[in-house]
Amino acid sequence: MSTAELASRPPSGTTIARAPRERTASWPLVDRIGYLLCWAVGVGLCLIALGIVLYMAVKGIAYLRPSLLVQHPAASVKQSESGGFLDPIVGTLIVAAIGIAIAAPVGVAIAAWLSEYRRPAWLARAVESAIEMIAGVPSVVLAIFGLLIFSQRFLGFLSETDAGGAVSGKSFFAAGAVMSLLALPLIVGSTREGLAQLPDRLREASYALGRTRATTMRRVLLPAIRPEIASGTVLGMGRIIGDTAIITIVLGLTLTNEGIGHAPLISTLRGSGSTLTSYIYTNSPAGEGSAPQKAYAAAFVLLLIVLALNAIVTRLTNRGGPTEDSGRAFRLLRFEWIPWTR
Amino acid sequence: MTRTRQWATGRTDQRVELSLGALAAVALVLIGAMLLTVLIKAWPSFSHNGLSWFGPGGDVETQLRAMAELKPLPGHSILYFRAWPLIWGTILTTGSAVLIALVVSTLAAVFLTEFAPPAIRRILDPVIRLLAGVPSVIYGLIGILVIAPYIDEHWVSTARRASVSHVVQISGADVMTASLVLTMMILPIMVAITAGALASVPASWREGSLALGVNRWRTIWRVSLRTARPAIVAATILATARALGEAVMLAMLGGGRSFAPNLLDGVTALFEPVRPLAATIFQNSEGLTIAPLAHTVYAIGAVLLVSAAMLSLAGWAAKEQFKRFGVRG
Repeated sequence: MSTAELASRPPSGTTIARAPRERTASWPLVDRIGYLLCWAVGVGLCLIALGIVLYMAVKGIAYLRPSLLVQHPAASVKQSESGGFLDPIVGTLIVAAIGIAIAAPVGVAIAAWLSEYRRPAWLARAVESAIEMIAGVPSVVLAIFGLLIFSQRFLGFLSETDAGGAVSGKSFFAAGAVMSLLALPLIVGSTREGLAQLPDRLREASYALGRTRATTMRRVLLPAIRPEIASGTVLGMGRIIGDTAIITIVLGLTLTNEGIGHAPLISTLRGSGSTLTSYIYTNSPAGEGSAPQKAYAAAFVLLLIVLALNAIVTRLTNRGGPTEDSGRAFRLLRFEWIPWTR
Repeated sequence: MTRTRQWATGRTDQRVELSLGALAAVALVLIGAMLLTVLIKAWPSFSHNGLSWFGPGGDVETQLRAMAELKPLPGHSILYFRAWPLIWGTILTTGSAVLIALVVSTLAAVFLTEFAPPAIRRILDPVIRLLAGVPSVIYGLIGILVIAPYIDEHWVSTARRASVSHVVQISGADVMTASLVLTMMILPIMVAITAGALASVPASWREGSLALGVNRWRTIWRVSLRTARPAIVAATILATARALGEAVMLAMLGGGRSFAPNLLDGVTALFEPVRPLAATIFQNSEGLTIAPLAHTVYAIGAVLLVSAAMLSLAGWAAKEQFKRFGVRG
């Protein structure tokens, strides 16, 4: 080894001791094959993810024009005349807003009750398993259930009623409400996780100051777990934004967001519409209109939104910094934080 | 004075507890009502077909079309339905995806926790989150615009196409594509849970094994993975639940036809279209205003709902198991 090479290396004190490279020469052949397979799978996963992102980025940038973001969709066979996807973007925002507006307060309240009160115990257990069950129910089943509920006569004011008195059950209200079921388990889960991690001394100190449990909850505990609540909410939002089945079935897949009635905001909320996911579906070869360029562009926008939400969750959950868990420095992947889109 | 104040605040506390409890109870009732309404709506289809609802018999596609057009098939009533091709499709896609994902996710989790250099580990963590967060419609879009045409063009020979042309058309959107993309979709959750469990295996256990001269791979195999087994079971159950409920991607990539791939066709079966239960609900959702079709679709939904409930029960049992050993997922 030449002196020049030695000099170009950083002095040994500056680098943190690195684990010695795995020496597999002495291993039996089967073990070495397993070791190689591990590497292949790990690198393969990275490559596939990179492939997906790069492919969507290339296609998205190729077909995405700023005008697409501000134009209303139009019915046309030609891709150059079928307009942009302003309505689906607005639709996505509306559905996510309604879903979170319902799921966040309800989820936090249920989590608070489950963690701090849970009396009677049987009810708490039943609620727990119900929430667990909801997390596992396919969203397409939630969707047909939602349609069943919202097409009842007495809920007709939330959607369109045709001349024969049949209620369509398809509206932003309905879709948002069903979507809240999708986000609920995530918000309940992360709030409970946060509450369980709080040290008991916080509660005891507050009780010692003569505060009631309700005040302790509102003034001490909930402010302390704000990041957990926020990341649960963001995860829920990601799941709402990524869902297609509920949109197709409960929002109605119309090209533009069509209001019903004349009240400014309420009319839109009562009407049907589309979101980015359903726009992608209808413009793919599987849907009715085959406009792959539009689908790619919309998918790119959707992927960017998902990436942004992902980044937010990572920021929120990483706030403790690497000091929090030393040792094997393994802070990744608590599966509660994995968004489950379907 | 202070007494009254205390009494008053105590009352508020009780009121808060009561209202929070009531809210939780309302949520419980709502979820229970969901089970009940779906089952009630599904009942005519089940009661009419009996247990043979689950059995084979005729083409699902024609049966569903007959319901949508309100023209009963000759010799049968309007509610006649045999779901076996759909159930078989579900078993095929879910089963193969979960099996492949089980192997791949275990290897990936081992790589992530044991072998990956810190730099790669730092990349893999967000990568797995990203893969978990990609909406299923994007997987479907890539599948139908990229993978399916490729398979159709390069992998399916004319002879193969001709050999089954009298039964079904091969288009590239098939069991294989659907299962592989489904595998990609359930992998992240399995890797996450398994890696979490592997990371929480006590270091002293592995060090003990290493000190006895057992090499690293054998230690992982015999100590770490064995300790993490309940977590792997839980991960598999959760992934199965997810694969079972995937509708949109499978509707896009399954070939759009309720066909049960025939394993006797050998390799050709890989290229035959498939349609699982959830995708069938999705594709027939337009006709939910037609009573007989709606009963059938809700019956399919009820089957999925009950299986999802059973899976979440099983997942809970598995999680209890590994909580006991102090290994968390």
